[in-house]
Order: sequence, then structure tokens, then C-alpha cells
Amino acid sequence: MNELPQQLVNGLLLGAMYGLVAIGYTMVYGIVQLINFAHGEIFMIGGFGALTVYLYVLPDGTGMAIALPLMIVGGVIAAVLVGVGAERLAYRPLRGAPRLAPLITAIGLSIALQQAVWAWYPDATKSLTFPELDLGPFEIGSVTLQGGDIFLIAAAPICMVILGWFVMKTRTGRGMQATAQDPDTAKLMGINTDRIIMVAFALGAAFAAVGAVAYGLKYGEVNFKMGFLLGLKAFTAAVLGGIGNIYGAMIGGLVLGVAEAISTAYIAEVPGMQQLGGQSWSDVWAFVLLILVLLLRPQGLLGERVADRA
Amino acid sequence: MRQRLLALTATLAVGALTLTACGSRDEGNKGGSDGDTKVVIGLDAPLTGDLSALGLGMKNSVDLAVKTANKEKYVKGVTFELKALDDQAQPTSGQQNATTFVGQEDVIGVVGPLNSSVGEAMQKVFNDANTALVSPANTNPSLTQGLNWQKEKKRPFASYFRTATTDAIQGPFAAQYVYNEAKLTKAFIIDDKKTYGAGLAATFKGEYEKLGGKVVGTEHINPEAKDFAAVATKVKSSGAQVVFYGGEYPAGGPLSKQIKAAGADVAFVGGDALKSPEYIKLAGKSSEGDFATLVGSELEKLDSAKEFIANYQAEGYKDAYEAYGGYSYDAAWSIIEAVKAVTEKNDGKLPEDARKQVVEALQGVSFEGVSGTVSFDEFGDTTNKQLTVYEVKNGEHVAVKSGTFTD
Repeated sequence: MNELPQQLVNGLLLGAMYGLVAIGYTMVYGIVQLINFAHGEIFMIGGFGALTVYLYVLPDGTGMAIALPLMIVGGVIAAVLVGVGAERLAYRPLRGAPRLAPLITAIGLSIALQQAVWAWYPDATKSLTFPELDLGPFEIGSVTLQGGDIFLIAAAPICMVILGWFVMKTRTGRGMQATAQDPDTAKLMGINTDRIIMVAFALGAAFAAVGAVAYGLKYGEVNFKMGFLLGLKAFTAAVLGGIGNIYGAMIGGLVLGVAEAISTAYIAEVPGMQQLGGQSWSDVWAFVLLILVLLLRPQGLLGERVADRA
Repeated sequence: MRQRLLALTATLAVGALTLTACGSRDEGNKGGSDGDTKVVIGLDAPLTGDLSALGLGMKNSVDLAVKTANKEKYVKGVTFELKALDDQAQPTSGQQNATTFVGQEDVIGVVGPLNSSVGEAMQKVFNDANTALVSPANTNPSLTQGLNWQKEKKRPFASYFRTATTDAIQGPFAAQYVYNEAKLTKAFIIDDKKTYGAGLAATFKGEYEKLGGKVVGTEHINPEAKDFAAVATKVKSSGAQVVFYGGEYPAGGPLSKQIKAAGADVAFVGGDALKSPEYIKLAGKSSEGDFATLVGSELEKLDSAKEFIANYQAEGYKDAYEAYGGYSYDAAWSIIEAVKAVTEKNDGKLPEDARKQVVEALQGVSFEGVSGTVSFDEFGDTTNKQLTVYEVKNGEHVAVKSGTFTD
């Protein structure tokens, strides 16, 4: 059996999830030049928000058709509150401080959020079971799709279209572009940059929450550590695609996901590479790809060459 | 305003640090209420994180052993106390805990850890301090028989014992069952590259091939990842009938689920670290028909374990005793027995070099424990080499075969 189509689909699905989370990194970086390392945890909180709605708000036995939209809303609300709260309480006071200060704050915040969920969410010291969609599996040619994958296939493009429309067409979106280009001039032109920054954090958090719901549906569980590795990968995807570019984030995610799947499947079959193949080496190959791309295109796949700010 | 916010940020950061460092820390004070000598039995296990279900079961079981010994006044003139430290399944944390334990004078011996890789990091610290470390769960053969155990057995650390049997037996036992009884002849072998997982997978592979089974593929995974779709696809196209996984349930559960979901018709088989209700929860409905081996006979069926189970329930612990509860109780009790032997030899008083003497006494203990007769051989391994194969039936692990391992 030829497993290539299936492996490509595996990679694209994983990559779509990276992409949803990567948007948050790229938007925040594009506007305030901050690498929000707590974003992985905001993703995790989105997952817990959705689970909370399912476990504690909805009556037992609610069908997923009704539950899922409400879970998404719950996850988005939780993630946005934490994301915006982080910006307001932790990052804004440090705006204008040397760049390392907010970076360290972000790392501290990431640990704090992780431990807070661990300590205070009921039973969160273990992995918590996430409800699943009662769909599928679907066989399309030699490719099998799981019920949980369907959500991701639908959600990722919809999110990208909404985001593209928002940034290009709305007043706030254009304000974001202006702030990204030059915050001081944007302010002089009457744009409330504080508000714009907050919107960027909120949007990033919302997309991360959608990604977290997709994660829960796909893997059937959420846990307090899930944001760490995924956040790191999503950040990598953002850099790969060109940090600051929202489409780059999605493309970077897809490329990264496919690279992981393909290297897992095929590297071991290259003669002499037996030891360097398999899933445990796929991260290595993903980062080799990142380095190669950055050597040839330091700005990332879709990034624009910008002069470093003085 | 700005300063207040800064202060708040700082508070948050400090809060984060405190949380990371949280854990029970009972400060020791010498002497019990009625003039008894107080000695501390340590426990090291992952009390937080993915493996905490197993770790908390170990902690509660040791707590039960300590309480039982105190209630029965099992060792006259000595009161036991539990000090539990969390190793988060990390060798580095385990080693720090080891240093903490040996640094605290009244610690007489320690039960733990859960992970073989953590045990590896702790052994030397305990051995240098002549303090007993009894693991209820480490199954990697090299911990007691040296790195070269396949060729020449040599005990590396005299103060290290275990109540769990080793993968040198567990892997082949599983292979015999899979090949001879379940009649599955094509296997795909996966491990998580940890000391436990890789060791288990290697011993399974050796025996399986010796019996005539065919290994159609091998794969190493990163247990921190949750997406195993690419591996699952490989398993499916390999045509394997059985997947043997050397690793623990936090990755094993999702891995099993994703392999089955990809359409592979396989039984997912592993060692003791898959025999947990959490595995079935994570692997979902498709875990029906999966196997796991466990050291010892089925706890619920053993007469020797009835009292333990009843007492455990009577204490009302929040977490189940899980796979290692019984062995943890036995490990703690072996230390208690050794303390008893040492004090009785010394006219009812704890000698000056109690730690060292406890290590020597452990070598000679023999008692009826939860899992059967508990005693140690010349390597510090348990002499109780019973194993059981469990199959998932209707969402529960059911014992399908118990036996004593023979080559």
C-alpha cells in the first residue's frame, strides 16, 4: 500500500493546528516585537475553557452538535480573557522597557499559568478526557480521516479567511497594519495603539482556543502541559513562515507538519539513515529544515525584509 | 499606577516560583510523643504530571505501611514517619531529592522511584551514603545486574533493592504469551527511548524472534508529543498483527488509539506501565483486546493482598493504589522489617550506624507481603518472579494468565 497520501494528510492536519496557534505569535510579534512565550499556555487555557463548558456548564449528555459551538465560545472567552489580561497586567507596564524584560516576563507567565491550572483546575494533575465527535472514520481512497480531523479541516481555512478579511477590510484591521509599520506615526494619525495591541492579543488567543478545541477533539484529551511543546512548534512555524506575516504562520505550520510526518515515514528507509529516522527524530529534521530555510531566506518563507528598528 | 502593576507582575512571578516549589515538607523533630525514636521512611515518585496517578498510589501505599507499623507498634521503641518528595519523573529532580533524603539524618531508607531512568540517577547518591533505596517499580535489569547484564551479571550498588521484577523477565514473558497463546506472529515494536521502554522492547524482541516471530518494523517515539499519526500509518502498512510498546501509558494510550484509528487491526501490548485504568481511558474504546503484563500475581485475587486492599479502602485515599501500590507497601514494609531486625539486635535501640545496618538487614529479610513472599536475591532483585498477563475486556484490565517465568 502506498502510504504517501495518508502521510501528507497526517502532516497537513498537524500543520493546520500549528498554524492556528502560530497566528498568535506572529500577530503579537508583528505589532509589538514581543515573542509571547505564554501563548502556548493561552492555547492550553482555551482547551480547558472548552472542557469546562462541557463538564460544568452544559447538562450531562448534551449532544456534540449543540455542545461544540458552545465549547468553542467558552474556550475562546477563557483564552481571550487570559490573553488580554496578560497584555494589560504583564506586558503593557513593560512597554518601552528593554526587550529582554517582557521576554522573561512571558516565560515567567507561561510557568505561572501552567502551574495555576495544575493546582486549581479539578483533577488537572492528570490528562483529562475531552469529548469526541461521533463521526467517521471516513475512507477517501487510501486516506483515512478521523471524526476529530473534520473539525480541523473546516476550522483552519474558515479562521484564515476571517482573519484575512478582518486585517484587510475593517478599520481596526487597517489600524493594525499601520501600527505594525510604525507605531509612533500610527498614534499621530489618531489610532489608539493600545487598543490595537489588545485586539492583536485577543485575536491570537481566540485562534489558539480554536486550535485547542481541535487538539482536544483529535487526541481526546487535554492536559496542563499541552501548550509547551505545541507552543514551541507553533513559534517555529511562525518563524519558518516569516514572523509578522499571518499567512506565513499558516504556511509555516503546514510545512512544518508535513516535514515531521514525511521524515517520520521515510528517513529511516534511506540507506544508512536507519538510526536517524522515526518519530523521535522528526523534530530534528523539522529544525534542520528551519535552519536551511533561514539560511536561504532569513526573513522566512513569506516574510518581508524589514530594516531592524533603531 | 505603573509601579502598582509592576508590583503585581512581580507577585505573579513569585507566585509561579512558589507553586513550582510546592510540596509537603514536614520539618523533622527528633523523638515521638512517648519517647520513641522517630525514623523517617522516604518516598520518591512523580506526584505531579502525567504519571502522578501511579506516583500517588505509591505514596498512599507507603503511608499505609507506615501507619500500620505505628498502630501495631511493630518495632518497639521506634515510630515511623513518611516524607514524600516529588520527582516529576525527571532524573534531575530525582537526584536532588536523593541528596535531600540522605542529607536528612533521620531518613532510614527510601521507597522509590517509579521510573528506571530516575532510579539510575538516584542509586549512587544512596549507595555513597549507605542508605537503602527500595524501588517498587523500576524494572530495568541494569539497575541491579550492571550495564553488561546480558553477558555478565554484576551488582553495581549494594544499597539498591527492588520488589518489582525486571524487564529481562517481563519482555520475554509477554513475547511467549503473544506468540504461543495469542498466536500473533508479526509484530511492530515501538519504544520511547527511555531506560525502561527501550530495555523492555529489546528483551521482547529477543525472545519473540527466538520463538520464530517476525518483527515487521521498529519505531522510536518522543513520548512528549501527542501526534502519532505518521507512526500509525507506518504500522498499518506494515501488516503487523501486534504492536509491542515499550513505554508508559501517557503516550501509550494515545498511541494505541491513533494506531487503531488509522485502521490497523492489531493488539497493542506492553509492560506494567500500561496496566492502568488511565491507559484504557486514554486509548478509548478501541483498547478492547489489548494486553499488558504485570509483575506478580493479580493483586485483587491474592489472599495476601486482601488485608492491604481493605485497609487501603478504609483509609479513604483519594487516589487508587494503581499498579505499584502493593509493591510499594512491600518495599516500605521490607525497610520496616530491616529496622526491626536491626533494633532487636541492638537491645531495642536504634544503633548509631542504623542506615548501614538496615542495608545489610534488607539482604536477609523474608516476610509474607502483599504480593507474596518478599525477599531479595544476591543482586537485590525480588525472588518473587510471578507475572500476569492482563487483557482489556469491557473497559477493564482482566487477568487472563498468571505464571512463573521460565526460560
